[in-house]
Amino acid sequence: MSELGQLVEKVRSKNAGPFKLTIDIFCGSKDAYDTVKATLPTERIATLLQTDPERLQRFDIPSLNVVKFSLDRPQVQGSIHDRDMHGASWAALIAEIKI
Amino acid sequence: MTRVLIPSGALGLGYDQLAMDRAIAAKPDIIAIDGGSTDSGPSYLGRGVSKYSRASTRLEWKGLMQARAKAGVPLVIGTAGTCGSDSAVDWLLDITADIAQELGQTLKVAVLRSSQAPDYIADALTGGKLSPLSPAPDISEEAIKQFTNIVALAGAEQIQAAINTGADIIIAGRTTDTAIIAALPLMQGCHAGAAWHGAKIGECGALCATNPQSGVVLIDFDESGFTITPTADGAHASPHTVSAHMLYENADPFILYEPGGHLDVTDAQYESIDGTSVRATGARWVPSEQYTVKLEGARIAGYQVMAFALLRDRRYVEHAQQWADDITQKARTKAIDRLGISSHDFSIELRLIGKNATFGHLEPENSNHSPTEIGVMGFVTANSLQQAQEIGKILNPYLLHHPLTQEEEQPTFAFQFSPAEVPVGPVYEFCLNHVMELKHPMEAFTLETIEVGHV
Repeated sequence: MSELGQLVEKVRSKNAGPFKLTIDIFCGSKDAYDTVKATLPTERIATLLQTDPERLQRFDIPSLNVVKFSLDRPQVQGSIHDRDMHGASWAALIAEIKI
Repeated sequence: MTRVLIPSGALGLGYDQLAMDRAIAAKPDIIAIDGGSTDSGPSYLGRGVSKYSRASTRLEWKGLMQARAKAGVPLVIGTAGTCGSDSAVDWLLDITADIAQELGQTLKVAVLRSSQAPDYIADALTGGKLSPLSPAPDISEEAIKQFTNIVALAGAEQIQAAINTGADIIIAGRTTDTAIIAALPLMQGCHAGAAWHGAKIGECGALCATNPQSGVVLIDFDESGFTITPTADGAHASPHTVSAHMLYENADPFILYEPGGHLDVTDAQYESIDGTSVRATGARWVPSEQYTVKLEGARIAGYQVMAFALLRDRRYVEHAQQWADDITQKARTKAIDRLGISSHDFSIELRLIGKNATFGHLEPENSNHSPTEIGVMGFVTANSLQQAQEIGKILNPYLLHHPLTQEEEQPTFAFQFSPAEVPVGPVYEFCLNHVMELKHPMEAFTLETIEVGHV
């Protein structure tokens, strides 16, 4: 068992407008990409972020060795219960997933 | 061929002067820079103000105005003043006139305004002209009339109308990030897919290359594709850095919706040229049947005060969540009781810095790690600032002295400032994620030309 962040080059998250969040997992190599693709089911992300898997978009992009997820923001950006205005901290949570 | 110079991802982020000089020497046809974003939060749109200081904006804008004079080509800024409301446009127009006076320049300025009257948008809702994107907040005619600012995102057509005035400088209100870059190549007959694709790649300046903070890129658009070149020392674009930028702040890495259609880069090809430039081809522009523009709006969500305390006692650090939950509940009950208000009228939230402030209940339990100290950041939000301050003062004694058990001696926690409650004031929220149908692109926008400077 290792953490996703140790296996890949970089995990990045960011707002995609005020209502969406997008997470890019840059695997860095084909081997890492194949491992992430095979061992990171979409449901894991949905459970971690407590979101409906139906509302979670996934893009496997072999040309970039990237796995990307996009979802509705758990809180709309800047609403009174939002704790991360730019959405960049979510990457840390994803990088700590054990795979 | 159309050559577009992009100095940086946004006015206010700065750019490499040498890279800028090189780019000007390469004779661009237009200089295009973004002036804003929703990324800094709803308060800027809510109030219609810029997040950058006037002094910093003036300094950087002056540099671009001097570069424009040297190049003798139009300078266009989109989403002026962070949010692109009419008030933010006027703010930048005032700065522009001031700089023109100082430099002895006489300039024709085209001003494109994007603000929307709430009544107009309410009528558009009633008339079936608004469609929600997903996810979208619920809206009603009455709710729209309470919005403090609404803007529509202009596309290439409105920027082209501004270019056609022959203006030296175009100050545009809210536009899509890409429209200011794509407008001229599209006008000059370049490949439509390439125009939008290159615009998306270049919208953040050199963020699509190495040495991203250098800012400056040149994009050459032609009849089949585009070539992007960062001009700073140590800045190199590769097929990887360029294609990876399609992911950035984009929910779908292949599709980008714009007024009048969408960009599809599914079949795009990227090719390295001499290790610094990248050529891209194969993107498609798919026109839509109906011309729509996206709307953004903000309204006051409440009035807030903030309080802060530090827990350093180990026992309190270990039981911080229990302590905070207990305080929240007790302060809530007391506020309802003493102020005669309902639980829906306000919120109290304590965020534990060092434990789970970033993710709250989504933070996985980490039982084998206890921090040295915990920061307790408290937010009270209510229907008026006066009420928020009252509730903040009810919360205060708990943050200062609340014991974990009734038996123990009264503790005192570390406050950082006096007064203990800081008024944040009105807080805003984004309240529109909708598109509006237009009969023609200029329907929701106004364009005027103004002469400024040394007349």
